[in-house]
Amino acid sequence: MASDPVTRNLSMSRAIAEATVQAMEDDPTIFVMGVGVDDANGIFGTTKSAHDMFGDARVFDTPLSEPSLTGMGVGAAFMGMRPIMVHARTDFLLITMDQIVNHAAKWSYMSGGALRVPFVIRSIVGRGWGQAAQHSQSFQSLFAHIPGLQVVMPATAGDAKGLLISSLRGDMPVIFIEHRWLHGIEGPVPEARYAIPIGSARVERSGSDVTIVAISHMVVEARKAAELLATQGISAEVIDLRSIRPWDRDLVLSSVAKTGRLLVADTSWISFGVSAEIVASVVEEVFGKLKTSPRRIGLPPSPTPCAPELERAFYPDAQSIVASVLSMFAAKADLAADAPDGGEKPFAGHF
Amino acid sequence: MDTSVLVRMYAQMQLVRRAEERVIEQYHWQNREFAEKRNPPHTIKCPTHLSIGQEASAVGLCSALDVQDVLVSSHRCHAHYIAKGGSLNAMMAELFGRTTGCAHGKGGSMHLVDTSVGMMGSSAIVGGAIPLALGMALPFKMRGEAHVSVACFGDAAVEQGVFHESMHYAALRKLPVIFFCENNGYATLSPFAARQHVPIYARAASYGMAGIRVDGNNVVEVCEVVREAASTARAGDGPTLIECETYRWIGHVGPDRDAGTGPRTKEELESWIERCPITRLRKQLELRVSKEVLVQADADVERKLDDAVAFAKASPSPTAEDLFHGV
Ligand SMILES: Cc1ncc(C[n+]2csc(CCOP(=O)(O)OP(=O)(O)O)c2C)c(N)n1
Ligand SMILES: [Mg+2]
Repeated sequence: MASDPVTRNLSMSRAIAEATVQAMEDDPTIFVMGVGVDDANGIFGTTKSAHDMFGDARVFDTPLSEPSLTGMGVGAAFMGMRPIMVHARTDFLLITMDQIVNHAAKWSYMSGGALRVPFVIRSIVGRGWGQAAQHSQSFQSLFAHIPGLQVVMPATAGDAKGLLISSLRGDMPVIFIEHRWLHGIEGPVPEARYAIPIGSARVERSGSDVTIVAISHMVVEARKAAELLATQGISAEVIDLRSIRPWDRDLVLSSVAKTGRLLVADTSWISFGVSAEIVASVVEEVFGKLKTSPRRIGLPPSPTPCAPELERAFYPDAQSIVASVLSMFAAKADLAADAPDGGEKPFAGHF
Repeated sequence: MDTSVLVRMYAQMQLVRRAEERVIEQYHWQNREFAEKRNPPHTIKCPTHLSIGQEASAVGLCSALDVQDVLVSSHRCHAHYIAKGGSLNAMMAELFGRTTGCAHGKGGSMHLVDTSVGMMGSSAIVGGAIPLALGMALPFKMRGEAHVSVACFGDAAVEQGVFHESMHYAALRKLPVIFFCENNGYATLSPFAARQHVPIYARAASYGMAGIRVDGNNVVEVCEVVREAASTARAGDGPTLIECETYRWIGHVGPDRDAGTGPRTKEELESWIERCPITRLRKQLELRVSKEVLVQADADVERKLDDAVAFAKASPSPTAEDLFHGV
């Protein structure tokens, strides 16, 4: 990907928009549907260029009938189409759960493989500005539990493009989860079409003392944490998991075998979450290499609160990661205090 | 209708309008502070969906209800909360994210609740609260209590399966429910005609239920229609679907107007401003009461809101220990 002659810096939302347009140019069976995909905001700018280019026939607004329209996507996939359904928040996927879990994920198996369901369901995790309990949830572990689904969560613009193209070339339902705080972050994105295989993680930074497996927005925090740890002489290897189901066991296991220490940082609740799966696998496979017990960073067991002080208490950050990593070593206490804060902007209409 | 009732309705609508305008003031103050990099102490830091222009629907509805009648609402819930009699101090404190807020700072603008007056909460999942109204109606029926349960929702909720299942079952069981739809013509930026092609009120017929369309900017008409629906429900004769035709003057979310920037034109907004529900009633009242009565009503509204904003500002913010309280 770095070898591409034309690589620009794009925001993740522009990278997703570009991937959508390029994939639609290449494949006339792709169409986009969802609440608001055709409006001026175009799902934070991610569907607007596709609508401008392909019009209402291939990029269309839908009523607020998400459950049935999810089922429509499944049926369209039977007939050789490749639908993309977009939700402005991951929370809205819950009402579509039956169509995703009992239908999209099962139809291939129940038909003995006679029918496949290439269907990409994009959704966005909200955070901040008091969006509270029903507009901020991060449901990767719910979907990752289900055989027959793939779940991806890119953390960089370049990965978002490559993973979306991969999702659209595959033949399975893919739950494609974006984080609203990543949409605005720029990174190198090759202009050409390219696919990043689902199931491959990426070493964001190599190191030798501790493995930090991070997911989605927590990659941003893990990057900051690794820099702070470096100043204390701790060399952290940061792995951006980017695919949740399937996940890159080989890369994670070999990294932990090398460093002997593991921390998993997730954007969702700790209990019964993705971090539990990864830690369990590491303990099962490379127990003998562990120098200390694995650690987990994620959300505490409460719904998302509204008040800013409560949001601050709720969301972990680089400081939480640093503190947890330090707890694996002999105490190196005050490092945790200097990590910078996250990326909230003043409110401007849509959030 | 009795003049004193009309004056009360006027005052309630004015309270909703001015409360929303206070929210806008807070937002604008805060955004200016941000722009000048002063990093202000936060005032309102949550997404707000304002009901300016839609006051008559909420006030007409609640004027026909008793305090024992219960109501659930949507993301756009400020007007329902205020009209049902919810505490203004607790509302403003909730928007400010303070411990004295109606949900102790956990819920924010989209989840206003005051159970002491039958305001049972609000869901930000479109259509999500509708079946809760059936659940509140069921025990009224089981216990033989003549109360009513109301689901307030926007036009887009009609597109959700949960609306249809709820209509179906409430009619089948003759539950004392009022399905109260405020059709403001849009779901975010999507116009009604792009999403639905059957009048909302007409859907009731297929469920064997009465369906009525009313001018949602005429508080008296709304009140009368709800009174009738409520007495049907109290008598055990089942639910009613009421569609209020109305319009929101502000953008879908946040403090600013959106007319002229997208599908919502300035002309459309102006035509609805001409149908302002408050101005309309005020003109009628000017013929029936002395000017002082209305001046007094307006002054009372401002005093209540001054108090509410001051209360919110003076209230403490929650601390990390409060996070798990109420889980
Ligand atoms: C299930 C679901 N899908 C999408 C959304 C995003 N959303 C929030 S409000 C809204 C529009 C709702 O329109 P309407 O019901 O007419 O209410 P209004 O905002 O006009 O009062 C949308 C699409 C949501 N909250 N829930
Ligand atoms: Mg509407």
